[in-house]
Amino acid sequence: MHWFDEWALTLAVFVPLAGLAAVLAIPRAQEQAIKITALLTTLVTAGAGIGILIDFNYSHAGRLQFIVNKSWIPTISARYHMGLDGISLPLLLLSMLMTVACVVYSWNHFPEPHNPKAFLALILLLEIGMNGTFVAQDLILFFVFFEVVLLPMFFMIGVWGGPNRQYAAIKFFLFTLFGSALMLVSFLAIFFLSKHQTFQIPQLATLGGAGIARGTQVLVFGGLFLGFAIKVPMFPFHTWLPDAHTEAPTVGSVLLAAILLKLGAYGFIRIALPILPEAARVWAPWIGLLAVIGIIYGALCCLAQSDMKRLIAFSSVSHMGFVMLGIATLTSFGLNAAIFGMVAHGLITGMLFFLAGSVQERYGTREMSRLGGLLNQAPKLGWVLGFCAMASLGLPGLAGFWGEFPSILSSYSPAKLAQGLLNGDPLLTFRIFMVIAAIGTVLAAGYLLMMYQRVAFGSPTAEFERAHIHDINIPEWVAWVPILLLIVALGIYPNLVFHMTNQAVTNVSKVFGG
Amino acid sequence: MLENVWILPALPAVAFVVILFFGKRSPGKGAAFGITAVGASFVGAIVAVVQWVHRVDHAGGSSQSLGKFAQTFLTTATSGSHAVLPVTESVTWWQNGSLKFSAGTYVDGLTVMMLVVVTLISLLVQVYSIAYMRGDRRYTWYYAALSLFTASMLTLVVADNMLLLLVGWELVGLCSFMLIGHWWEEPANSRAAIKAFLTTRTGDIGLMIGVIILFFTVGSFGIGATNLYATSVHARHDLLLAAAICLMIGIIGKSGQFPLHTWLPDAMAGPTPVSALIHAATMVVAGVYLGARVYPVFFNGFSIGHGGVNFMALIGGTTIIIGAALAFVQTDIKKVLAYSTISQLGYMVMALGVGAWTAAVFHLFTHAFFKALLFLGAGSVSHAAGHTFDMREMGGLRKKMPITFWTFIIGSLALAGIFPLAGFWSKDEILVNAGKNGYSAFLVIGLVGAFLTAAYMTRVVWLTFFGEYRGHEHPHESERLITGPLIVLGVLSVVAGFANAAPLGIEKFKEWVQPTFAFPNVHNAAFDYPKAVLSVGLAVVAIGIAAYYYVNRDEMSFFKGLTERSPVAHAGYTFLVNKYYLDDLYENVIVAFISGSLARASYWVNQHIIDGVVNGIGRGATVTANYTYAYLDQRVVDGAVNEIAHETGAAGGELRRVQSGSVQRYALLLFGGVAVLSLALLLTNTI
Repeated sequence: MHWFDEWALTLAVFVPLAGLAAVLAIPRAQEQAIKITALLTTLVTAGAGIGILIDFNYSHAGRLQFIVNKSWIPTISARYHMGLDGISLPLLLLSMLMTVACVVYSWNHFPEPHNPKAFLALILLLEIGMNGTFVAQDLILFFVFFEVVLLPMFFMIGVWGGPNRQYAAIKFFLFTLFGSALMLVSFLAIFFLSKHQTFQIPQLATLGGAGIARGTQVLVFGGLFLGFAIKVPMFPFHTWLPDAHTEAPTVGSVLLAAILLKLGAYGFIRIALPILPEAARVWAPWIGLLAVIGIIYGALCCLAQSDMKRLIAFSSVSHMGFVMLGIATLTSFGLNAAIFGMVAHGLITGMLFFLAGSVQERYGTREMSRLGGLLNQAPKLGWVLGFCAMASLGLPGLAGFWGEFPSILSSYSPAKLAQGLLNGDPLLTFRIFMVIAAIGTVLAAGYLLMMYQRVAFGSPTAEFERAHIHDINIPEWVAWVPILLLIVALGIYPNLVFHMTNQAVTNVSKVFGG
Repeated sequence: MLENVWILPALPAVAFVVILFFGKRSPGKGAAFGITAVGASFVGAIVAVVQWVHRVDHAGGSSQSLGKFAQTFLTTATSGSHAVLPVTESVTWWQNGSLKFSAGTYVDGLTVMMLVVVTLISLLVQVYSIAYMRGDRRYTWYYAALSLFTASMLTLVVADNMLLLLVGWELVGLCSFMLIGHWWEEPANSRAAIKAFLTTRTGDIGLMIGVIILFFTVGSFGIGATNLYATSVHARHDLLLAAAICLMIGIIGKSGQFPLHTWLPDAMAGPTPVSALIHAATMVVAGVYLGARVYPVFFNGFSIGHGGVNFMALIGGTTIIIGAALAFVQTDIKKVLAYSTISQLGYMVMALGVGAWTAAVFHLFTHAFFKALLFLGAGSVSHAAGHTFDMREMGGLRKKMPITFWTFIIGSLALAGIFPLAGFWSKDEILVNAGKNGYSAFLVIGLVGAFLTAAYMTRVVWLTFFGEYRGHEHPHESERLITGPLIVLGVLSVVAGFANAAPLGIEKFKEWVQPTFAFPNVHNAAFDYPKAVLSVGLAVVAIGIAAYYYVNRDEMSFFKGLTERSPVAHAGYTFLVNKYYLDDLYENVIVAFISGSLARASYWVNQHIIDGVVNGIGRGATVTANYTYAYLDQRVVDGAVNEIAHETGAAGGELRRVQSGSVQRYALLLFGGVAVLSLALLLTNTI
């Protein structure tokens, strides 16, 4: 399979581009043809993903595989360098799966103003950026893919969004662009300051910041931090998220939560930590602090919501806090937990946004005070919502647990850091984080069960007593069943992910002695 | 079977999936699958017991039967050669760094005892439910949930490591949540379900952190490894103490201990068979089971061998009294039983805390039978009395439902600790050991508890079965599917105590259940006749006093309206009726503060301060941009250009005035772009 080794990643990233061209070529009136083309494109892309999954060498999961390294823009030393290791693999597959699910879900659900052609084209464009980010091994290439996702999401929110869509779209765009600008400056700084001037991530990681003074490293890390932290999003850079989610169409929210947020956390693991390890040690307690603030703060904001979708949006802030706490410990436990947490959050919160969309479609509202008795009117939808709420609150036996628990575990024993917060003992600092994060799990149970009680339990309100609410339909089942099965499978046998990530993560964490 | 004990939880787990997807169209609407699976598990559990007994009886101190696990650890074992090793099996579950974590089974005497209790009660409850739940709107789902519960509980029991135990622990909590809220149309039921889930999860913070501390102390999640570490001379006492306190918080939440017991009475909102199975016999004892499973951690951490007072004994002892006192002021028969369960769980926890391991586990065993019996009996009564649990609408039922009556009497006497029923043997053992190990204060608490228990059960029996019938139905004996399980449990409530009846020379719990591998040096006190007579005497006196009071209540003018006349009595009564105001504290103060004020404040900060800054920057940028355009670009830059144009006299007339602004800006942009680009090229070329 020499042929496949060389082309797999190019296929994974650029098949959607071919599909995009095809979709654009089909006249707008032929909706069916457009839908089928888009679906086939995402399926072929996912097929490439399955090929990678099979062909991947798990005994060397820490090594980059399927490498393509070709000259691209020689004047600025940017190369077309892609490769994939155990960190990228689960996230790439997640991205492919969720894109297929989104196309299937959209089948009869295109939001106003309809226009499937444009909508699907944007989804395909989005997939290029998402898949590309997870496999790029060149900082400029990474940056290009990282930015490519902005545009389609901007239009998705701005055109197909809710009443306040323009504000939300612009806020999303500018906020993330602001972060990206600083990130780019840091990329350039890394390029110019490194011992060997290169944009190649593996080489930079081997250098590990050699030649850059510690103080400079800390500053450069700051730029990366802002770029990635805004995308995650970490407290206090999260305010674009609830607005974007509230206004975005269902599929937009799903991809935003499931994949786009992961780009930031992935950036920390792939770029910030390995390239600037000294600075990472300095920043770690602060990242940990913002992470645990995010956990508690996000959960509290959830409790104050009346809109179901906005609640789920804030829950992302809380859940991504666990991911970032894991990363901040700079240990293999924490990084494994972070990647597992990303996959789990992608599946679970993606599902929750699908469900919120389906509820909205049926009732025409997401105001929880107007809802109630979903279990009564659409029992299957109600059960699936309950299942996902349980998964989201980190119930052991389902996927969410394996992101949360090891992350809390890892903060008992972080990597060796110079100092904690307020010049304190780093060990003590992180153990306090551990307790706070553990309290966050109770709050998570609180807001999710509150939501479930308001939406699903009890009887329908007078307003919808006589409404005909249909239960889960075929496209919904087709889109959801694989996700639901994965949530169970990963929960019961977490090694499915850990055996991919473990070696690769150890490569990152060994610099920190963890 | 001991090696393949994973089959036991797997069977009901399969039944759960099958019922979920095919239940409605299957025979018995799912009940058949559930009962078959749990029946098979029960048979498997019996086989496991027989094999374990065989293993113990033929151990003989040889190391031939060492498993892989034991070989790894035996080099460090201090209590070596005479130990009967647990049977362990495992597969890789997940990994981190160079560590591989396994999921597997750990079978010893404690495990097989629990297997029997869980499968037997599950089986009886499922049979009982055929009749009790007949016609329920979610009958099939109910059986699915019961099967999932049994599977989860068995997972918890056989787990070979703390993490798998935690998985089972949370899953039984989930089943408890689903079954308490079984009739979720009623807001009260779903509230009770959520309360149960959140309260136990609060305790789970402790459990989770305790597991983490143990992991980093021991270097493994394994139960065998943990116990070996905690019994070794190298064990770090401070870390074990911290772990023990954290785990204890988990136990407090799960096993209904003060001050997190408040969810358990509310949990009675679920169907009665669920209360019998989950909230009396099995799930709520998970905490006690955890305490018994990794007992060396507590024994060493709390220095239990030294007597005096410790956290565990204190919590258990407090709970005995707190629970028993509240049982007196309930009018709902299930709530009385719920508070009684809390109180009895207190006995078990206290027993662990005073070093009476065998007594604690023995009490867990006997309590499962008589408390399940009492709950199922209450369900039978409620079926007869028009689906009410209010004892004010009962009375005089003894003649109308004799089987229910007699089995209920047996259960009550067993609970009250009357010789020779099951509760007598186990409770007596707890008391004797408390005294023997230097915990005299807790011996007294136990005796007071015994007195209160006998008294409140007398009250229940009197209000339900004696006097005149006060309801408006036509009570009748329940059908066989209901009375059958009652009879089985009734027999067990009589005979179960003889499993460890010391004066008769039978000490099977000590022989078969008490671990010999990695276990602290606990002494089982010899049977003590004076104490036995004292405790039974107290119970008899309590029954006598209570019976006398209820029979002659109308003639006793002193007690009549006492709570109205005496402010002290009134205050005490109000205090009890309001459950020590703990519910108010939790719901109206703590939860209300977090989910109300604090949540709203956080959101206000989010919308007005954090987002305010963001919007402010956005607005600032717009204003700056407008200013730049209007003043800098149009006046200063363009003005300068215009000025130059003007001065050079190259006046282009009207055309210039129309176009100049944009043209100039294009030029400016172009120039800027070229400048940046050339700078970049310059930089790249210097490499």
